[in-house]
Amino acid sequence: VRLKGQGKRCKRSEGLEIRFILIQNRAGKTRLAKWYMQFDDDEKQKLIEEVHAVVTVRDAKHTNFVEFRNFKIIYRRYAGLYFCICVDVNDNNLAYLEAIHNFVVLNEYFHNVCELDLVFNFYKVYTVVDEMFLAGEIRETSQTKVLKQLLMLQSLE
Amino acid sequence: MLKPQPRGDGFGGRASRGQLSKEAEIKRINKELANIRSKFKGDKALDGYSKKKYVCKLLFIFLLGHDIDFGHMEAVNLLSSNRYTEKQIGYLFISVLVNSNSELIRLINNAIKNDLASRNPTFMGLALHCVASVGSREMAEAFAGEIPRVLVAGDTMDSVKQSAALCLLRLYRTSSDLVPMGDWTSRVVHLLNDQHLGVVTAATSLITTLAQKNPEEFKTSVSLAVSRLSRIVTSASTDLQDYTYYFVPAPWLSVKLLRLLQCYPPPEDPAVRGRLTECLETILNKAQEPPKSKKVQHSNAKNAVLFEAISLIIHHDSEPNLLVRACNQLGQFLQHRETNLRYLALESMCTLASSEFSHEAVKTHIETVINALKTERDVSVRQRAVDLLYAMCDRSNAPQIVAEMLSYLETADYSIREEIVLKVAILAEKYAVDYTWYVDTILNLIRIAGDYVSEEVWYRVIQIVVNRDDVQGYAAKTVFEVRPQGCQEGWGRVVEGDPLIQFNLLHSKFHLCSVPTRALLLSTYIKFVNLFPEVKPTIQDVLRSDSQLRNADVELQQRAVEYLRLSTVASTDILATVLEEMPPFPERESSILAKLKKKKGPSTVTDLEDAKRERSVDVNGGPEPAPASTSAMSTPSPSADLLGLGAAPPAPAGPPPSSGSGGLLVDVFSDSASAVAPLAPGSEDNFARFVCKNNGVLFENQLLQIGLKSEFRQNLGRMFIFYGNKTSTQFLNFTPTLICSDDLQPHILGCITKPVDPTVEGGAQVQQVVNIECVSDFTEAPVLSIQFRYGGTFQNVSVQLPITLNKFFQPTEMASQDFFQRWKQLSNPQQEVQNIFKAKHPMDTEVTKAKIIGFGSALLEEVDPNPANFVGAGIIHTKTTQIGCLLRLEPNLQAQMYRLTLRTSKEAVSQRLCELLSAQF
Repeated sequence: VRLKGQGKRCKRSEGLEIRFILIQNRAGKTRLAKWYMQFDDDEKQKLIEEVHAVVTVRDAKHTNFVEFRNFKIIYRRYAGLYFCICVDVNDNNLAYLEAIHNFVVLNEYFHNVCELDLVFNFYKVYTVVDEMFLAGEIRETSQTKVLKQLLMLQSLE
Repeated sequence: MLKPQPRGDGFGGRASRGQLSKEAEIKRINKELANIRSKFKGDKALDGYSKKKYVCKLLFIFLLGHDIDFGHMEAVNLLSSNRYTEKQIGYLFISVLVNSNSELIRLINNAIKNDLASRNPTFMGLALHCVASVGSREMAEAFAGEIPRVLVAGDTMDSVKQSAALCLLRLYRTSSDLVPMGDWTSRVVHLLNDQHLGVVTAATSLITTLAQKNPEEFKTSVSLAVSRLSRIVTSASTDLQDYTYYFVPAPWLSVKLLRLLQCYPPPEDPAVRGRLTECLETILNKAQEPPKSKKVQHSNAKNAVLFEAISLIIHHDSEPNLLVRACNQLGQFLQHRETNLRYLALESMCTLASSEFSHEAVKTHIETVINALKTERDVSVRQRAVDLLYAMCDRSNAPQIVAEMLSYLETADYSIREEIVLKVAILAEKYAVDYTWYVDTILNLIRIAGDYVSEEVWYRVIQIVVNRDDVQGYAAKTVFEVRPQGCQEGWGRVVEGDPLIQFNLLHSKFHLCSVPTRALLLSTYIKFVNLFPEVKPTIQDVLRSDSQLRNADVELQQRAVEYLRLSTVASTDILATVLEEMPPFPERESSILAKLKKKKGPSTVTDLEDAKRERSVDVNGGPEPAPASTSAMSTPSPSADLLGLGAAPPAPAGPPPSSGSGGLLVDVFSDSASAVAPLAPGSEDNFARFVCKNNGVLFENQLLQIGLKSEFRQNLGRMFIFYGNKTSTQFLNFTPTLICSDDLQPHILGCITKPVDPTVEGGAQVQQVVNIECVSDFTEAPVLSIQFRYGGTFQNVSVQLPITLNKFFQPTEMASQDFFQRWKQLSNPQQEVQNIFKAKHPMDTEVTKAKIIGFGSALLEEVDPNPANFVGAGIIHTKTTQIGCLLRLEPNLQAQMYRLTLRTSKEAVSQRLCELLSAQF
């Protein structure tokens, strides 16, 4: 018996933690940016540009994962929008890939969402994100539950 | 719907549609900002609705990328509104434009406090989300006490619980010192049983983070997590209703639970452990079932759980059956049509390759992985293939893998070339069976990758070639054939054959070389002058020529002038001193390995590397194989001369007869063992003193002092022995020999690299180097026997050389849970040796710590529940195997006693280490 796998063990220091979520269009315009880590404004701008640069050059034959600085980006493209989540390199790629897919609640919420819905209803999009993700963690995974809550909040407006 | 809320004038819409030019947009925005400012400053108090409208506009402008420097106060005012929409915009503004203005923070915190106490779940949710987004220390101070209460209160709504759990997690991450542990912790663990799966999902994240920092307090979460997981994986695909995702029951929660379990070793309770194994088997079985849906979402969700389960299996690294099943499953994915799956399978297999149980299973996929390297379209997938080849490489497949990597390098993407170069260089060095292969590989590498070969690789090759006499000739010849014009940095030391021919050959390429190479060549020439006086005139002519003496390059000119002068004025002795060989490179971590680690960031490759180093049993011993080759030394050759060995005196006449021929393996001496003196008195004590230290005086009498300086790395060691003549008279026929007994011989290889001068002048000190290799664990120590003539008398001194098993320790840091997990794994009675003994020295904590560290193991702080105890861990490296060792020392101050417990996988090792260490306290 030898001493096994320290390396593997120590890596798990952070748990599942999202660093940021970005929704960008093909031209690189940010439609949503949610930061779960402290970055200053210049750094945020740099990150936005870098993410756009690494993601848009990839095609359908590529994976949905791309190494990014010391992290990785899990992304998915819906029509002209890229939904990107930046996580630790040890995090579960497919879990986040499908977490992105939960954003299809936007579709039902906005009745066939388009890019402009996100622009003009930015404050609602933040609410949607906060229902699904909080403090860099996955908060709610049931699309039905998220949608119910959103409709309830809408009724208060 | 299309307007900025509420009732905006639509300016933002046009701007973002790009209908306005940049300048027009700025103009428009400035106008709007001026308008909003005047509204805020106006005499008329704004109603909540207008305030919200303008704050929302400010936010919109900010998100378009413009600076906002006002409106914070109005946003804070909105927090105390009773209308959801107004409150929401207020909180959003605060979350997005955090302001550390302390005055405002106080107001914000006050509003949050009110909302938390409001019992209105919507308002509580908004307040919690704001705290979770900002997460500042001030907020932690204000709410770290309150939020746990909200979380565990019986009447809190589920959605608020979800938010409270993650909000608390955020505060714990930013200011863990402010989050008090208390009664709530046990109630939080029981949230794993909550009926609402959303609450369980959020709580699992919180518990995972808390458990990482406080494993003992959250230990009960293991059995709860296992039973929750078990209920999920065995449920029918529709049982969980809202939480079933494309026919997969609660995939995210499953992933989170599996990650929580990765904070702990395998469960101790056999029932829990059995249940977990069943879960993992079920997950593996499900991967083989036909898909319930053709949608990619179905397979992704299913595989997310599968990959996490495999991570847990690898983390536990204790169930060979599961490890091999995991490997087979990943093997199937290697050929899957989904690129994502191929990528993830390659990545996951990399970690499997470092487990001894699955290493062989991973190796069976070598052809598929090589194929991936050749055919994958996505460079990141090819990169993973390279990583996996690197991870699965061992002595058996190294030539194939290195060859494939080299051939891939010809077409590899620029972005990953440098990394591949480093990997090839490392593998070639690590698994070199024969150094001509090593040299060929590296030169090939340089030929193919040219500019991507970093200096580190170059330096490393030269280090190795310089330190290994037997490859120098081959390397010189090959380098010359392959790259006559570029790569002659190594020449300085690597020459053999007829000097004049050699010189002409070398010089014929001189004009093709770069300036730095020419400078090195000039240095080589002056070394020729030193070693082969017959070529001196030829070289002086070269140095004297205008192209050297008046070279436009200052460095070359200076060298030519100085070398020419040196060769003219200096006597042979001075020349020999000036041009004495450089000492061999010191043993140290391979510079290329360090570079690879740096390149890949600390988190990824480092760990893999360490894991690999632990695993591999046949590492070539890192930087420099210790036993010097006998063949290179026994035939006197110009190459040896270049190293300055030619100046070594002829073999001394005195006994033992064979010591003069240099690096001899000690077994030659077994015949002459009878001539050895009995061990010097006091030698035992001195020997014990060296168990925990490496330097000092080993022996001293009226005539002779013997000092030691030694260094050990993995299974190799090097010991510098200093012999001091304390008298004013010469020692003659001074011959130290190293003796390993018949019992010891199979376990330790030791050799004296160079004989010392048989004459030691009065008052002089001479040095000798012993290289040591630990082949397998051993108990006895080698003996150093010294014979010399002093005055008319024959002197004979023998001392034990303090080469003890613990010298081959590599310290291993680990957390408490790992330590006790391993401790329990080594519970076999033969693996444990215990000794209870009386303290021979004062029981001082700091001294004890220093001794344990000196002993070679890591000293693990905060591992033992009793802070008075000492625990340590390390790995004994021998050539054939590596032995993990755990130790625990329990002092009893009152009784002035110690109890020392050693656990290793090998009885003899436990025994020996216990003996050695017990003698230290």
